[in-house]
Amino acid sequence: MNTRALPLYVTIGIFLLAYLVFWLQFPNILSTRVVGNLLTDNAYLGIVAVGMTLVILSGGIDLSVGSVIAFSGVFIAILLRDTSLHPLLVFAMLLALTTAFGAGMGFLIDRLAMPAFIVTLAGMFLARGAAYILSIDSVPIQHPFYDTLQKAYWLMPGKGRLTLIGVLMVLTFVGGMIIAHKTRFGASVYALGGGEATARLMGARQGRTTVLVYGFSGAMAGLAGIVFSIYTGSGYSLATVGTELTAIAAVVIGGTLLTGGAGYMFGTFVGVLTMGLIQTYIVFDGSLSSWWTKIVIGILLLVFILLQKGLLKLSQMRLAREA
Amino acid sequence: MLLSIRSLTKTFPGTRALDSVDFDLRAGEVHALLGENGAGKSTLIKCLTGAYRRDGGTMTLDGAPIDPHSTVEAQDLGIGTVYQEVNLLPNLTVAQNLMFGREPRRWGLIQTRAMRAQARATLAEYGLDLDVDRDLCTCSVAIQQIIAIARAVALSGKVLILDEPTASLDAAEVRMVFDVVRGLRERGLGIVFVSHFLDQVFDLTDRVTVLRNGRKIVTTETASLDRVRLIEHMLGRELEAATSHQPVARGSRPPMLEFRGMGRRGTVEPFDLAVGQGEVVGLAGLLGSGRTESAELLFGLRNAHSGEARDRKGPLDLRSPRAAIAAGFGFVPEERKTDGIIADLSIRENIILGLQAKAGWARPIPRAEQNRLADDYIGRLDIRTSGREKRIGELSGGNQQKVVLARWLAMNPRFLILDEPTRGIDVGAHAEIVRLIHQLTETGMSLLVISSEIDELIAVSDRVIVLRDRRHVAELTGEEIAPHRIMQAIAATGSAA
Repeated sequence: MNTRALPLYVTIGIFLLAYLVFWLQFPNILSTRVVGNLLTDNAYLGIVAVGMTLVILSGGIDLSVGSVIAFSGVFIAILLRDTSLHPLLVFAMLLALTTAFGAGMGFLIDRLAMPAFIVTLAGMFLARGAAYILSIDSVPIQHPFYDTLQKAYWLMPGKGRLTLIGVLMVLTFVGGMIIAHKTRFGASVYALGGGEATARLMGARQGRTTVLVYGFSGAMAGLAGIVFSIYTGSGYSLATVGTELTAIAAVVIGGTLLTGGAGYMFGTFVGVLTMGLIQTYIVFDGSLSSWWTKIVIGILLLVFILLQKGLLKLSQMRLAREA
Repeated sequence: MLLSIRSLTKTFPGTRALDSVDFDLRAGEVHALLGENGAGKSTLIKCLTGAYRRDGGTMTLDGAPIDPHSTVEAQDLGIGTVYQEVNLLPNLTVAQNLMFGREPRRWGLIQTRAMRAQARATLAEYGLDLDVDRDLCTCSVAIQQIIAIARAVALSGKVLILDEPTASLDAAEVRMVFDVVRGLRERGLGIVFVSHFLDQVFDLTDRVTVLRNGRKIVTTETASLDRVRLIEHMLGRELEAATSHQPVARGSRPPMLEFRGMGRRGTVEPFDLAVGQGEVVGLAGLLGSGRTESAELLFGLRNAHSGEARDRKGPLDLRSPRAAIAAGFGFVPEERKTDGIIADLSIRENIILGLQAKAGWARPIPRAEQNRLADDYIGRLDIRTSGREKRIGELSGGNQQKVVLARWLAMNPRFLILDEPTRGIDVGAHAEIVRLIHQLTETGMSLLVISSEIDELIAVSDRVIVLRDRRHVAELTGEEIAPHRIMQAIAATGSAA
């Protein structure tokens, strides 16, 4: 069997197993209502995780995305409050801004040969600070178009609501899969994650790929910001603190190697759903503190890191035996 | 002529890596490029593949002048390279590696099925039938090497440079790779083969070019060359003019150190070595024969799997360099720039480094004492500098080497290992270091000297130990220490595979 795909199978297995266990306790959990909510509640996290997957596959990291989501919310809320611009125009402006912000960080990482950790850490403070400057308070969004967006859903059999933002997340994942697995850009991302020097020798364009990867992550953070503003109906500079770390956790639980070069976009989707499922279970249970979510996620992360180490050992041993 | 290089010159600060080198490559030949460390092989290859820009000379490919700025550009011109460590991506599949950058696409999307089919067709040309969806890292190194060759040929197609492609292969795998190389020769490619396994050179190549100290020594048909002549070309007889190579006659020495059965699996076969007080033992052998590794075992840089060391008082602990230093050992490494000096520190700081480490950082050596030591050694070793506070990186190679020596002499070791002490330094400084070795023995210090230059070994050694294929194969003393004896011992057909 292909050892590279094994973490993906484990991820899917854990998700199905968890669903089964929860279903035995709460049969309702299988209803389309719960499924619909799972997609809606995790829409912004899923979208930002698509960008993060690509970044991590390339061997980097993007710590700025949580702050960029908060900035996006405040940016939208302020513009809709103080101007008469149409939300779609505001969205376009925002996406251009966050994409450029991400691409700029990618440019610095490549040109200055700086660790992505430091550059995006600076980006994290910058974006958060910019959000504070726009507004310290939570700014409600009141716009007829927003009401339409928030009420847009398709009714599934069993009265589950498939919301616009839930669908948007699924579509983003489909797009992410095509980019990661079906384009030369995606191949370059995997190549960089596998070894920068080698990738360069094989003709990968490192600079261009790095700028595009972080630009893409910035765009996804902006899109997640839009989705989050639709979800909460407001913009708040203190929102989504630490979301970048939750997204990284989802990517790793999804079976992507944190050092880059191996993983699947679909794994991240399952990773996001697994984390959402744990949250849902704790809500269903009612007696558990929501902090248990963190503990379970912590344990899952640990399991996956050990699994990846173990797989590495295993494939090395197999190679040694064949040689 | 497929590829023609004329008076290629490349200079780095302090050294002339290539000095007006000519090199020709015909279509349909395998041409060996040989030389010891620092001979200029890798510089030549890097100029050819665009990793370095040349300082002078011309290169023409198919009659047209070329000047590649990058490996990718060289590849587009037709020059492909396969390195010792496979330069493919272990995390991608065989097909992805073969087709990277030229995947068949429709509407901008990679056609996976077409990509697999093309990869399979490419591999079939090399007689390989394997699952192209396997991760590259699950293939054996030989298969990976052939995939790397297939990729390089597919991308470039005129010149193929093989830079020690067989270093990590066993005999059967080497045959497999060689069959592929012979097939490419039939197809009319020009192949440059770099290796330090002489058996492979005689087995595979049509012509040989030998470089030494940045100069081309000879280009000749492989068939017309005998082994001893080849080694003579590689190791050279440069010292002759600079110093006398009168054999050393110091008489027998009281034994001081004894190593028994020292060895490490996969690195050096177990060997015995006794060193007398004031004696110089020379280690001869080609690159990769286990000379440096033997020294590293003795100094605790690598841990021996077997063997023991003792002096007249009892057993010695050599499990780490720190322990070896405590036992009175010193080691001047081959790679001066990376392992010997700390380029940004001054001469004074470099000299007191070892002494200070031995004293412990809690007991700083007084500045006046440091100055005295530095000035003392600058005088005694004739280090040419404007002052003791000069950055060591600004000195010439020979003077840097003297500073490294001074660092050890300040600690007064009883056994000093010198690994290629005269590499990359000019002839004058060369002779000074040889003289210095003689002076040290008079104070009762014992030395182990590793050198690729046979005349240098003859000039300093009481005894010469010859290594071949990671084994100590001969020990020469007295009258036996003569160039032809040493070269014969190195050349004796072994199991070099």
